[in-house]
Amino acid sequence: MTAIVEIRNLRKTYAGGFEALKGVSLKIEEGEILALLGPNGAGKTTLISTICGITNPGGGSVTVNGHDVVADYRNARRVIGLVPQEINLEPFTKVIDTVKFSRGLFGKPRDDAYIEKILRQLSLWDKKDSRSMELSGGMKRRVLIAKALAHEPRVLFLDEPTAGVDVELRKDMWEIVAELKANGVTIILTTHYIEEAEAIADRVGVISKGELLLIEEKDALMARFGQKHLQIDLQDPTSEIPKSLSDYDLTLSDDGGCLQYNYDTRGERTGITQLLNDIAAAGLVLRDLRTEESSLEEIFVSLVREEVA
Amino acid sequence: MNWAAVQAIYVTEMHRFFRTLAQSFVSPVISTSLYFVVFGAAIGSRIQEVEGVSYGSFIVPGLVMLSVITQSISNASFGIYFPKFIGTIYELLSAPVNFLEIVLGFVGAAATKSLFIGLVILATSTLFVDIEIQHPIAMLAFLVLTCLSFALLGFIIGIWAGNFEQLQLVPLLIITPLIFLGGSFYSISMLPAIWQKIALFNPVVYLISGFRWSFFGIADVPIGISLLAIAGFTGLCLAAIWWIFRTGWRIRS
Repeated sequence: MTAIVEIRNLRKTYAGGFEALKGVSLKIEEGEILALLGPNGAGKTTLISTICGITNPGGGSVTVNGHDVVADYRNARRVIGLVPQEINLEPFTKVIDTVKFSRGLFGKPRDDAYIEKILRQLSLWDKKDSRSMELSGGMKRRVLIAKALAHEPRVLFLDEPTAGVDVELRKDMWEIVAELKANGVTIILTTHYIEEAEAIADRVGVISKGELLLIEEKDALMARFGQKHLQIDLQDPTSEIPKSLSDYDLTLSDDGGCLQYNYDTRGERTGITQLLNDIAAAGLVLRDLRTEESSLEEIFVSLVREEVA
Repeated sequence: MNWAAVQAIYVTEMHRFFRTLAQSFVSPVISTSLYFVVFGAAIGSRIQEVEGVSYGSFIVPGLVMLSVITQSISNASFGIYFPKFIGTIYELLSAPVNFLEIVLGFVGAAATKSLFIGLVILATSTLFVDIEIQHPIAMLAFLVLTCLSFALLGFIIGIWAGNFEQLQLVPLLIITPLIFLGGSFYSISMLPAIWQKIALFNPVVYLISGFRWSFFGIADVPIGISLLAIAGFTGLCLAAIWWIFRTGWRIRS
């Protein structure tokens, strides 16, 4: 795969002296879904805004499809679509008119068939003659996506696409993102919903205080940082962990009915077989077993904590 | 040039105008009629003629300029301020367009609207007084240039304004007094000598004088100077807008 977006040592300091980006470097591969995670104020929106031309960079460079976003902004921006975080729509304009406007603004000739296709894809065709002010919040967000897709971009930036939307719509949004990826669109989304990155991203970048703390394949990240927990439900509760099991990283639930074994997936041996043998030898009877993986959220929290420390 | 973008902005802005078509036309027609009642009937009965032209006819070019200048400023300033206010400006900033294309779209639409209104006022005037236009091409040229140059000024005001009060501030405090003191309803030669000299510092004097010349062949200042003044003003506004987009002043953080 080749990089479609290349960010080199990107810096941005706002007029008030706030340093929003402290030299971010990043390559985004064509066709991937990259999730940028970070707490509020981490610099996610500044990063996207600088790539898209809304904010002037303070230093460093960004190329999109080989074109510098400042020196050759026309060619760079032609392939970029942006769905902003805020729902910004002119209230009195019809859905179809605002989407056609976006296509024209990016220099594309009129193509009613294509506009119909994306409106249908986003379940907006029935609402094409509605004015933006008449739509629900979820529908407005879809209109923003339709506007961003109107000029057939190859790279789509979604800035907090599911902030403040209900669970059902969030799932719809994930499906839309999956479809776009299937159509070959590169997607960069910012989110502070870990669940979102976990569900749809190929790679995950973590930003905090204007710095990219890491960027890694989601699965590799999960494996690298992944702690797993084995939950062992006991047939009969026990008041304490038997002495013969004291070498294991075990915790007992308050009601004494469940043992939790924490182990690292990175280790060559997890020790589970030996543990189960020792539990049986200690006279405990098992009722059920289940394993749980650490979520990205836990990984993220531990990373940001390390950073603070 | 990204002509598709110019067309997209222009068409969208004109849609806004057509959505409120009745207001856009009824309001200037009523206010023009009121001016004729107040100035034409009340003052006109005391001032019979100005430089050989009946007072009613004499004020027509001034009335047209008054509306065209204020409409150009308010249309263009609102046109660019509104996207800033509701946040849709992000799309303009992230699109492959340069300052000239954005200006052509917004200012072109604002100027078109005020040109329509100027022509409506001119047509309304014919209901009250006889109008003769000695230099129709010059008249149209002055009208178009005035629409364009003040729409450019309005565009700058719209970018500068941080709230709706500021949007009104410059037109109310600076532009309206300049128009009223610029000879809309009188000839500069009717003023005391010292005020005649002071009036020459008012740029609107040159516009109204040139415009009136195209109707009646009479002018307060030479026609060449009027043309130079409006060309200079247009150039100044264009330079300011070029600088705004180059530096991102008030639009890009």
